[in-house]
Amino acid sequence: MSKFTQSNSTISTLKDSKSLLSRENQDKLLHGAIWAAAGITILFLLWVVWHILSNGLSHVSWEFITGSYTRIGEASGIWAMIVSTVYMVLLSLAFAAPIGIMTAIYLTEYAAPGSKFVQVIRFCTESLAGIPSIVYGLFGMTFFVTTLGLGFSILSGALTLAMLILPVIIRTTEEALMAVPMSYREGGYALGSSKIYTIWRLILPSALPGIVTSVILSTGRVIGESAPVFLTAGMVTQIPESVLDSGRTLTVHLYKLTQELFTQHEWDQAYATATILIVLVLVLNLTTKVIATRLNKQS
Amino acid sequence: MNKLEVNNLDLFYGENHALKDISINIPSRQVTALIGPSGCGKSTLLRTLNRMNDLVAGVKITGTVAFEGEDIYADVDVKNLRMRVGMVFQKPNPFPMSIYENIAFGLKAQGVKDKKVIDQVVEESLRGAALWEEVKDRLNTPAFGLSGGQQQRLCIARAIAMEPEVILMDEPTSALDPIATHKIEELMDELRKKFTIVIVTHSMNQAKRISDRTAFFWMGELVEQGETHQVFNNPQDSRTQGYVSGEFG
Repeated sequence: MSKFTQSNSTISTLKDSKSLLSRENQDKLLHGAIWAAAGITILFLLWVVWHILSNGLSHVSWEFITGSYTRIGEASGIWAMIVSTVYMVLLSLAFAAPIGIMTAIYLTEYAAPGSKFVQVIRFCTESLAGIPSIVYGLFGMTFFVTTLGLGFSILSGALTLAMLILPVIIRTTEEALMAVPMSYREGGYALGSSKIYTIWRLILPSALPGIVTSVILSTGRVIGESAPVFLTAGMVTQIPESVLDSGRTLTVHLYKLTQELFTQHEWDQAYATATILIVLVLVLNLTTKVIATRLNKQS
Repeated sequence: MNKLEVNNLDLFYGENHALKDISINIPSRQVTALIGPSGCGKSTLLRTLNRMNDLVAGVKITGTVAFEGEDIYADVDVKNLRMRVGMVFQKPNPFPMSIYENIAFGLKAQGVKDKKVIDQVVEESLRGAALWEEVKDRLNTPAFGLSGGQQQRLCIARAIAMEPEVILMDEPTSALDPIATHKIEELMDELRKKFTIVIVTHSMNQAKRISDRTAFFWMGELVEQGETHQVFNNPQDSRTQGYVSGEFG
């Protein structure tokens, strides 16, 4: 009966109560550390959001959102900035999304895998993604604003931001396309379908959730940038009448406001603008989730 | 009459000599089974018959594959070839769309727009694949909702919708349970009346049950080919003898 308990093998040493306890403690310690890390992350996020919302929400009003803005005087509405931001998002996506998605299609569907040309494009997109955004701003200011003579305008800003988000769109679209099972391609081609039809009707629809996510992520990036935007699109606080007009995006507006915080009213405006930005980003993220799950369900 | 004639075919994946001097004739409206251990080249040969190997980088092919007397590696429209030589894969690969759209995919890719024509082909193909009765009330539901065996019959229906002359099957039942396998084998017995079938299989019993002719591959070589009963009951080569008797492989 006591044959097993009396055994002196290594296994039974491992099983004795003392080492078991220490193992249990190690486990608990690690478990605690992981929970603490996750907790700190959530805490910080909630803290920042709470800080902004508690200071800003009470100053967000219908007039604040839809009103006009004058630097001197009492008008502090941000409607012009909202419009400029929307223009900036739409225009930069109009440039970057088609080019980025088509590049990704080329890389995954047409180029021979591992070819020199593909390696060069990959290296370029990775390098482009790593360049600080202010450098894009400087380039945009010299090239689009001055050399091409587009001036400080929504167009100059959108072209600059398009360059900035291009690598993001290429990379994420590429990943979405590579996640489409090879068996779909084989199935399509085995039916005698042309390459373009198979890509258009089978591969792209399958990759759509990923591509939509990539576009919305880029939208967040466009909204979030400040330096390259005011270097190329300027800071005029009027609603732009054409893409050749200067305009101030919400983020640039916030940057500008924080440069001259003297009165309580100015602090309030800054927090209210930040509140709008946070809400915008939250809405964008939620939309991404909803669209992605909906498209996934369809297939 | 031979539908396909392969002559002195050599195939290289880079340095790897995957098929060595293969010559084989595929007679019309018969089932030809390609058997042999994993990596022997049987699937590779199958994929040369509709040029699916074109999708793999670094493949080099010498020799000829003649389809109805015409060399498919010479000046031939690959899309047209693949419509005439259809394929069913090892793992059922329905597209992420409805049952109806799966069958209609190949037609629409050819520019067929007439809904009446498509409706008719969808029904005929599903009947031809013995799937119509099971799915006729849910043609517009996702194909992923079907069982594995149903999915494979859907893939067969998708292939016959193009009215091919040859159907290539790459271990079509290896991912299925015995009952689903039985249904596919019954179906193949029907299909052989209209189509020329080339099937790669790991199951010697399956080859015995369904094929008219059998070819045994071993390390990239075609060791022996002939009438199925002859290859199994009276193999000429000792390697074939060893494989079909279950000594190795």
